[in-house]
Amino acid sequence: MNELIQKAKSLLESDTVQVVIGYGKGSADKTRAIFLTKPEDCDQLLFDSRCVQNLAVYLTKHEIKHLGKPAIVAPIPVLRSILQLAVENQLKESDLVILGVSPESKLIEFDSFGAIELFLNAYKIQIDEKYKATIDKIKAMPVSERFAFWIKELEPCFKCYACRAACPLCYCPKCTVENNQPQWIPAASHLLGNLEWHVMRAMHLAGRCTDCEACYNACPMGIPIHLLTKSMLQDVEEHFGPYGPSVGKRNTLSSFNPDDKESFIR
Amino acid sequence: MQIDNYLIRQTSLEKLFNNLIGNGKTVFAPQASEKRILFEKVKAFSEITDNYLVTTNAAKSVVFPRTEKLFSYKKTKETTEITDASTEAVPEVVLWGTRPCDAAAFIPLTDTFNGDYPDILYNNRRGKVYLLSFSCATCDEYCFCTSVNGSPGNTAGSDILFTKLSTGDYLAEVITEKGKKLVAENQTLFEAAPEEEKEPNLAKVKTYFNQDEIQAKLQNLFENPVWDEKSRACLGCGSCAFVCPVCSCFDIQDEKHGSKGTRLRCWDSCGFSLFTLHTSGHNPRETQGARWRQRILHKFLYMPDKSKVAGCVGCGRCSRVCPADINILETVTSI
Ligand code: SF4
Ligand code: SF4
Ligand code: SF4
Ligand code: SF4
Repeated sequence: MNELIQKAKSLLESDTVQVVIGYGKGSADKTRAIFLTKPEDCDQLLFDSRCVQNLAVYLTKHEIKHLGKPAIVAPIPVLRSILQLAVENQLKESDLVILGVSPESKLIEFDSFGAIELFLNAYKIQIDEKYKATIDKIKAMPVSERFAFWIKELEPCFKCYACRAACPLCYCPKCTVENNQPQWIPAASHLLGNLEWHVMRAMHLAGRCTDCEACYNACPMGIPIHLLTKSMLQDVEEHFGPYGPSVGKRNTLSSFNPDDKESFIR
Repeated sequence: MQIDNYLIRQTSLEKLFNNLIGNGKTVFAPQASEKRILFEKVKAFSEITDNYLVTTNAAKSVVFPRTEKLFSYKKTKETTEITDASTEAVPEVVLWGTRPCDAAAFIPLTDTFNGDYPDILYNNRRGKVYLLSFSCATCDEYCFCTSVNGSPGNTAGSDILFTKLSTGDYLAEVITEKGKKLVAENQTLFEAAPEEEKEPNLAKVKTYFNQDEIQAKLQNLFENPVWDEKSRACLGCGSCAFVCPVCSCFDIQDEKHGSKGTRLRCWDSCGFSLFTLHTSGHNPRETQGARWRQRILHKFLYMPDKSKVAGCVGCGRCSRVCPADINILETVTSI
C-alpha cells in the first residue's frame, strides 16, 4: 500500500500525471473511487477486498479526461478492461500510467499494453463453478420455461442504466437506447422494452465483456444480468476459442475473414 | 385532524391484513429476496418481511408507475381519434409497511402532480391508496429524516402509523379519514390506547443540518466548485432518481404501430445525459456536476420555495444504491 501511495505522490509531484484515480474510504464500510490531484492527498488511497468497483470506467468519461492525464489503480479486473479498451482503440499507451495491483496487493508497473497482456496470461478468466451450474440449468430449460425465467428476472428492471454506466466497455457517447429519432429500443420499461434492452446490451458485449461483474454490482434491483454476459463468454469460447484480448487483434464478433468457417457471409 | 390512538395486538396485524385482502384491496408490502427488499404485491401475510430498514425501491410506483399510458390514438385520413387512459381499472391499494419518510414523500410528490394542472391519472391513483406505515426502531448512517423536518415516528402522510411497543404489540395512531374508515371496518381489532409512551420505541436519528438554513445558503451557490467535487465519481445513471420516493421527472414517449399508437410517460432522471438535451444539440446541463447541482437545488431550494416542503425526505435510498457511492447527505452537509 505504501508503495502505491509513494508512487502516486511522485507521479503528481513530477507532473507526469495530473490525476490519480484510485480507491478511498466511502460511506459506511464501503470504498469509493477517488480522484486525487494533489500529492498530499495521496495518503487517502487504500486497497482491499472491498475495492470492487471497476475504475476503468472513468478513463473514457469526459469529466475525468478534463482533469488531465491519469494514473489509475488497476487490480486484475481493471487491467483486463484497460486491455480491452486498448484493443478497441479507446486508449493509447501514452494516455495513462497504470498502477497495477497484483492479487497479493503488490504494486506492478506496466510500461506497455503488451506487458499487461503477458501478465494477464497467467490470470485467464474463469467462470465460477456456481455460475456455470446456474447457466447450465437455465440452458437446459425448455424454451418456454427459459423465457418465463427471464421475463420474471427482468421484470423489476426500471431502466436506470446503472449497469451500462458502470461498465467500462459501455463507453459509446450515444447508446443504442438513446437513438430516439426514431426510437430503436422502446424507452419504456415494460416487458418488450426490458427484453430488447437486455438482449441488446448482452449482444453488444459478446466477445468483449471481461467478466468484471461491475454491471451486476451496480444494479440496485439485483437483477442477474451477469448471467447473460457470462453465458456469452462461454459461447464465444465454444465457437471461437478462449477470450483473450490482444492489441492489434480485432474483437470476435466485429471481425470476419474469408476463411471463417461460417458460409453465410460468402 | 384529531389523531385517535389505539392498541393493536401483534396477533391482530395478520387479521387486519387478511380483512384488507378479503375486502378486495390490493396490498403492497416489503418482500425480501436474496439481494433486495422491494415493495411488491403480496397475497399472504407470511410473504411480508418486518426485518428491513427501508425498502430498496420507493413505493411511488403505485401512484406514479414507471411506465404509464396516457392515451391511445388512431389516425384516419381526416381525423385523429384519441382515447384517454381509463381511470376505472385502478384498484384500491394498501401500502403496508411504508416508513414515515415514505409516507411524508407523498406530500411533495402530490404537490408536483398538482402544480399548474391537476394530473387526473396521478390523483386517481393517489385517492385509492391507503398508507399503513410503521415507525422506525432502527436507522443507519444514510438516514437523515430529522434534518428535513421528518422523524422516525412522524405521522405526516400516513393514514395509520403503527409503532411497536416493548410488549410486541403496537400503538396505532389513526391520522386521516381513510384511516378512520379502516378502523371502523375492523373495530374489534383496535383496543383502547396503550399506556406506554411512543418516543422511547423510536430510532434516534441524528440531525445533521437544518433544511431552512440549507435553503437560504443554496440561493447563492449556483456557481460553486462543490458540485463538480462531490459528483466526480458520478456515472450518470438513473438509480438515485428511480429509488427516490420524491423524484418525479418523466419523459413522454409515443409508441406507434402504423397509424395507431399510445402515448406513455416513463420515468426520467436528471443524471442521464439525454436529460434536458435540446433539439439543437445544446444541453444546459452538460456535465455530471451540473446535473448533480440540479438534483440538489431542485430538492432543497426550488421545491421548498415553490411548495413549502423540500423534495427530499431523508430516506437515504439514493446514497445506499449509488454505484459510485455518491452520498447526498455528504454533499448537503458540506454546503
Ligand atoms: S461484466 Fe458487466 S460491467 Fe464487466 S465488462 Fe462485462 S458487461 Fe461490462
Ligand atoms: S442496473 Fe438493473 S435496474 Fe438498472 S437498467 Fe440495469 S438491469 Fe435494469
Ligand atoms: S449519483 Fe450515483 S446513482 Fe445518481 S446518477 Fe450518479 S452514479 Fe448514478
Ligand atoms: S433524495 Fe435521496 S434521501 Fe432524499 S428522498 Fe430522495 S432517495 Fe431519499
